[in-house]
Amino acid sequence: MASGYNAKEEDGHIGVVGLGGASLRGRKPENTAFKQQRLPAWQPILTAGSVLPAFFIIGLIFIPIGIGLYVTSNNIREFEIDYTGVEVSSPCYNCAQNFSWHSTTPCTCSIQFYLHQAYESNVFMYYGLSNFYQNHRRYVKSRDDSQLNGDISSLTKPSKECEPYANHDHKPIAPCGAIANSMFNDTLELFYIDPNGTRVPVALSSTGIAWWTDKHVKFRNPGGSTNLTAAFQGTVKPVNWRHPVYELDTDPENNGFINEDFIVWMRTAALPTFRKLYRVIQKKNNMAPTLPRGNYSLQVQYNFPVRSFEGRKRVILSTISWMGGKNPFLGIAYVTVGSVCFFLGVVLLFIHHKYGNRTNNADITN
Amino acid sequence: MEQLHWVRFRCQQLWAANHTQGWYSPPRPVSDKYSPQRSAGKRRTVLARWGPHQDEYHSISKSYRNNRIRTTKYTLLSFIPKNLFEQLHRVANIYFIFLAVLNFVPVVEAFNPEIALVPIILVLLVTALKDIWEDQRRFRSDREVNRLKCSVYSSKERDYIDCCWKDVHVGDFVRLSCNEIIPADMLLLHSSDPRGLCYIETANLDGETNLKQREVVSKMEEMEFVPEDFHWRIECENPNNNLCRFRGYMENPSGARVGLHNSNLLLRSCIIRNSEAVVGIVVYAGHETKAMMNNSGPRYKRSLLERRLNTDVLWCVLLLIVMCLTAAIGHGIWLKQLKNPIFEVGEETSPALAGFYVFWTMIIVLQVLIPISLYVSIEIVKLGQIYFIHNDVDLYNEHTDSRIQCRALNITEDLGQVQYIFSDKTGTLTENKMVFRRCSVYGVEYPHYDNGRGGAVLYKPVPAQCLGQCNMVCLPHNRAAKEVVPDCELVTKLSWLCAPDLNVAHSCAKASSSLELAFITDFFLTLAICNSVVVSSPAQSLNVLPQAQTPLRSLEEIKLMFQRFNLSALPALPTLPPPLKSSLYISTLDSVVHPVGVMDAPGEEEVPKLMFPEAAASEDAGAVEPEDTVLYEAESPDEAALVYAARAYHMTLKARSADSLQVELPTGGTVQVPLLHVLPFDSNRKRMSVVVRHPLTGQVVVYTKGADSVLMDLTRSPTGNQHTQKHLDSYAREGLRTLCIATKQTLEEEEYEVWLKTQLLAESSIENREELLLCSAQALETNLTLLGATGILDRLQEEVSETIEALQRADVKVWILTGDKQETAINIAFACKLLCPSDQLLTANCEDKVSSHPHVRTLELYNSQQESCAVLVQDFLHRVTCYVAGSVLVIDGHTLDWALQPELQGDFLELSKHCKAVICCRSTPLQKSQVVRLVRDKLKVMTLAVGDGANDVSMIQVADVGVGISGQEGMQAVMSSDFAISRFKHLRKLLLVHGHWCYTRLANMILYFIYKNVMYVNLLFWYQFFCGFSGNVMTNAWVLILFNLIFTSVPPLIYGVLDQDTPVDVLMAHPEFYQRTRTSKDYVSLMFWLNILDAFYQSLVCFFIPYFAYRDSDIGELSFGSPINASALFIILLHQVVESHTLTWIHGLVFLLSAGSYFAFVLLLSVFCVTCSPPTNPLGVETMQMSQPAFYLVCILTTVTALLPSSSLRSMELVRVHRAWKAHTVKQPH
Repeated sequence: MASGYNAKEEDGHIGVVGLGGASLRGRKPENTAFKQQRLPAWQPILTAGSVLPAFFIIGLIFIPIGIGLYVTSNNIREFEIDYTGVEVSSPCYNCAQNFSWHSTTPCTCSIQFYLHQAYESNVFMYYGLSNFYQNHRRYVKSRDDSQLNGDISSLTKPSKECEPYANHDHKPIAPCGAIANSMFNDTLELFYIDPNGTRVPVALSSTGIAWWTDKHVKFRNPGGSTNLTAAFQGTVKPVNWRHPVYELDTDPENNGFINEDFIVWMRTAALPTFRKLYRVIQKKNNMAPTLPRGNYSLQVQYNFPVRSFEGRKRVILSTISWMGGKNPFLGIAYVTVGSVCFFLGVVLLFIHHKYGNRTNNADITN
Repeated sequence: MEQLHWVRFRCQQLWAANHTQGWYSPPRPVSDKYSPQRSAGKRRTVLARWGPHQDEYHSISKSYRNNRIRTTKYTLLSFIPKNLFEQLHRVANIYFIFLAVLNFVPVVEAFNPEIALVPIILVLLVTALKDIWEDQRRFRSDREVNRLKCSVYSSKERDYIDCCWKDVHVGDFVRLSCNEIIPADMLLLHSSDPRGLCYIETANLDGETNLKQREVVSKMEEMEFVPEDFHWRIECENPNNNLCRFRGYMENPSGARVGLHNSNLLLRSCIIRNSEAVVGIVVYAGHETKAMMNNSGPRYKRSLLERRLNTDVLWCVLLLIVMCLTAAIGHGIWLKQLKNPIFEVGEETSPALAGFYVFWTMIIVLQVLIPISLYVSIEIVKLGQIYFIHNDVDLYNEHTDSRIQCRALNITEDLGQVQYIFSDKTGTLTENKMVFRRCSVYGVEYPHYDNGRGGAVLYKPVPAQCLGQCNMVCLPHNRAAKEVVPDCELVTKLSWLCAPDLNVAHSCAKASSSLELAFITDFFLTLAICNSVVVSSPAQSLNVLPQAQTPLRSLEEIKLMFQRFNLSALPALPTLPPPLKSSLYISTLDSVVHPVGVMDAPGEEEVPKLMFPEAAASEDAGAVEPEDTVLYEAESPDEAALVYAARAYHMTLKARSADSLQVELPTGGTVQVPLLHVLPFDSNRKRMSVVVRHPLTGQVVVYTKGADSVLMDLTRSPTGNQHTQKHLDSYAREGLRTLCIATKQTLEEEEYEVWLKTQLLAESSIENREELLLCSAQALETNLTLLGATGILDRLQEEVSETIEALQRADVKVWILTGDKQETAINIAFACKLLCPSDQLLTANCEDKVSSHPHVRTLELYNSQQESCAVLVQDFLHRVTCYVAGSVLVIDGHTLDWALQPELQGDFLELSKHCKAVICCRSTPLQKSQVVRLVRDKLKVMTLAVGDGANDVSMIQVADVGVGISGQEGMQAVMSSDFAISRFKHLRKLLLVHGHWCYTRLANMILYFIYKNVMYVNLLFWYQFFCGFSGNVMTNAWVLILFNLIFTSVPPLIYGVLDQDTPVDVLMAHPEFYQRTRTSKDYVSLMFWLNILDAFYQSLVCFFIPYFAYRDSDIGELSFGSPINASALFIILLHQVVESHTLTWIHGLVFLLSAGSYFAFVLLLSVFCVTCSPPTNPLGVETMQMSQPAFYLVCILTTVTALLPSSSLRSMELVRVHRAWKAHTVKQPH
């Protein structure tokens, strides 16, 4: 740009131009639409006339979308139980009281609940934590992605980001870092209590709960999935863990770093109140509902301490729709914004009619 | 008029050739001053490089630079350290570096160190690239210049050999031929011209195309020039940048000295013209040449908007601090409430300390809030704006083939805020193409009715074939000035002078006194010779003074004739009663006219026509008359007009050299007039004089011409000065430029000798030469006899009145500051409709009694006593304040002096503020700049000064925006200006359209830029409420950093360069729209805060809609950030669509590229970034998000909701704007 200055003017240089060298009329600017700033232009919100339809159209589109979203959200079944054990009446009160990361005898409590509606499709079982700041800056950083990707050197020499959870007793921790160290370790089991009082365990699938990319690309066991014990030789488990990483599951495809519970935990939540997918209850056949209505019992092996920071623990049973879990907000918001647009359209129409009718002459705008 | 002389004074300084006769061994006192002991440190000694003193040469010349020039800032090696060092000096970059360094402190670290380095590296890189590009251009032109060839003497070859410019050294002998460019500052030692002259064109230096005469160092011309035998030692000043001054001397081994002057110096980069071969010795080379030392490079000013921008940046800083403090305190409180949380990493820190750390972390996280890249963006936007201004075909002048030049690159938007325009008159409002219109001689007026009628043809294209030949230099000349149709009465009177028979002479004696005839002759002789014009003729070489042609009459006759003239004028005029003198003259006439009358003069009956055979020819076929071959080139068009006028009366200046002039007389003969001195024009004396020796009478005569204000006091006239004064007044009323012509013929030989001594002393002094010369000139210019006066018409430029009217409608006050007479100024003001007949004219005039203009009600102030003037000015200022609505103040230079006194400034401003316009006449360059400075500083307004001459330079430099008009008067004004245009009318589009656009564009761009940053940064801020104010972000750090630096950086630039808030035709037709920008409505703090508010609203929407949509779900940190980022991008881009007034395909392309680059980047990261960018590893995030419909639902809802308020407000505002356009269209039907 701005290349039109000759050297003499700009640099004080002497342009070496012989007499008669410059042709006559040589410096006339080109008369192009671009250079003369005459490019055909569209004036976006030129008159109320072009805005009005936009408002009405947006209103007309948004309101049905909102209604659809609301209905979809309402069709989702969701059930939530808080099992933190804060209240004395809670079955888990005792477990919550005498907590220790390293207690050898697991504390178990079980909570009875009643499902008023049958859950027809696949049911997703979540654990929910409140007031748990998984998005704390220093917490989020405290991990070593290379180690989790199976990098041998990172396994034996964790990144300094993992400090102070990088080494224990001069041995590298695998997996290192605060996120892994604070992994959710309650064990949840669901029993259906059929009308005659027998407890039927509900089959909980622990695979398919993590992202495909996480499970297959991002998280890898060092040296492949064979003989994890040998692969993690020389490392120690995170201090809060009861078992080393290679004993998270018996299934070799769900053990070590590629354990899906672990992967899910490692994807840090955006907000301090969050849920994480724990298990999936697959629909078995088309005849019976996945979870029939009736009494259920949730058996909790209470390990995870949240009371010190006033956290809460929940279990959520939910079906999902094409747009995710139950959330009426989007539907309501769409309806509201659509209505506002419509209203604004009316207001503008009024203004347009009252003041603007003299202005929409084409001759002024050109 | 003053300005014309001012220019000429400057020019004459530049080539002051005429007075330098050269001298040997200057008088004792002077040579004492030359003594090396006194100022040994201030001079340089130059010896010939291949001369006899080689050893000494090498020891002396070691420290002198050679002729290689390097204007580049950097070399290949020094670029990186030097450029880095320079860039690190900027505050903005220091801020970036501070942030980067901060990020290396582990406790506050927000991003990975390498990411924190990205902004600073990117900014440094962009700036470095710009610097490289600029330096590359300099390097190329340096190389081109350095590799030019010239022929330099070599002792090996014993001849001149071709050599590159860069290999020329001080002490080299350089031979140049015609049309060659001078490679270094050289002393002229030899010229092929027998008189030792050569001509140079200084257009490369100062833009003036007229030729300047240079002469060989005196004494050198007499001897054969042999380079090897050059044993002179040259002592001269050390290199300096004064183009007009060169002092020194040359000494040969025997101690004889020759003075050196500016007229001996050939300046680098000038072009040799009309001289076949010249040889010079290099005294200054390369960067020590005057041309290079005058390099000042482009100008940098800070615009008003930028200054105001800084306060807003401070607001941003405040906002940043508030946000960071909020986070710090919030973090402290949050941490305090927590007891032993399992997500707490590391050892327990006290909440206060943790809060302190978070403060710094937040500074890093929210860094983009400080719009540092805005400064870079503004520079780029201004370059774009300049590009369009520069390319505007409406600002192109066909006749001179010149575009507008934007010399200051960074004050484009100031053009949109101008409130006061200070305009010069001559050459700015007018053509500065002078036409000789009237003259008054001996108290008799000759109106020249026929003159200037055919002046419709203003331009004459230069015939292309004239260019390029040594002896055929044909420069653009002023046709209008040449078209002088002689006044019949004057022709008749002049013809009596050489009347062939006595009867005619007698009848002449009856009609007018012979004294009058003598006056007329002297009058025209003065017009012809009292000037500094260069005579050129396409037909003959300039360096050969044509031999006086065989006169029509014998030399003897002419001599007699001259004696006759001089006898008549010789006696002290007032002492002799006119009748007596008159009779004396007649008797002389009788005795001498007889032999003249015998001359062959065919067709004696029609006296005037026969005496002026060419006069008839010129009337019917002016193009073919032989005289047309002589062309005059003058620095000021007035001079040329006068010489052409004299020629029309057949007093033709045929040729000039340093010491003589050749003049063709009405009688047909040609005489040599020995030229003794030229006392050049200066602005103090306001006059110039030539001292000549009459070739025949041998008497020393002084001819003077100058401003009437000074000459009327110095002169007497036999008829009294009142008639002439009356004529002068009437000329001025007609808007003519007036000059007085006077002579001093009573100079005795002894008197001259005495004066000559002081003059020589003055010329040869080094220290205070200028003052001595001034005194000397003043001593000579006394007791003058007033011969007459001239009136020169200067036509108004086209569309001046329309432009002024438009500017006034735009509420811009136009002041005229001129050196001309009051009446002239008022008339021009009428002509250009600055004044209209209904206006009340307030005339503040301390000295002269001024006749009021017939068309206006005038309130005047008369006073002749200087002492009480101050009081009266004060009184005046107070008294008239109540009358001023819609009036025009006219103030003259003397009164202005008083009005500018500190105690009266306030009153003056108060008065002028209420006036429609102010006209300052008879003002000096200094006063002009004082007035501009006063208005600029006291009223705190944006001022624009426009002028074309050297006398406007100070005013142009003082004003916020200086506009130079490239016209007839050289390039000084242009060189000191910010914008250079070729016609006054261009000001209209420049201000009303480009100024308006540039201002609104830049203001909107800045607002948009700040909006964008605040909007984006707030998203991060809101997140702090949900992450314990820990300084975490929900986005990948790369995306975060590049979002502002790359993905959304180009749309604001396009907005700032291309947006047109009002169409060009509306702006041109309705200057009222200029007020809107002038009063800065677009960028008042209200707009700033409205934008901030909108940004807050949008960021709230943009954050909380996704928040509520994903609340209490299994959303991950980065997955949460993904729709927020995407909708922020959409909102920011569409916000610009809403704010833009025009959208072109370029906008569309840029928007597409912006959005495209963002999505391409995040998708690529999400696919390929397996372990990169910890801890915010984006693998799979975007692909997962974008595969879910919720993402799109959220983005659409967010974008629409965020833009609702601004777009509905905008559409309502546009309804209002269109009503305004409509209203204007109705009000002013066109």
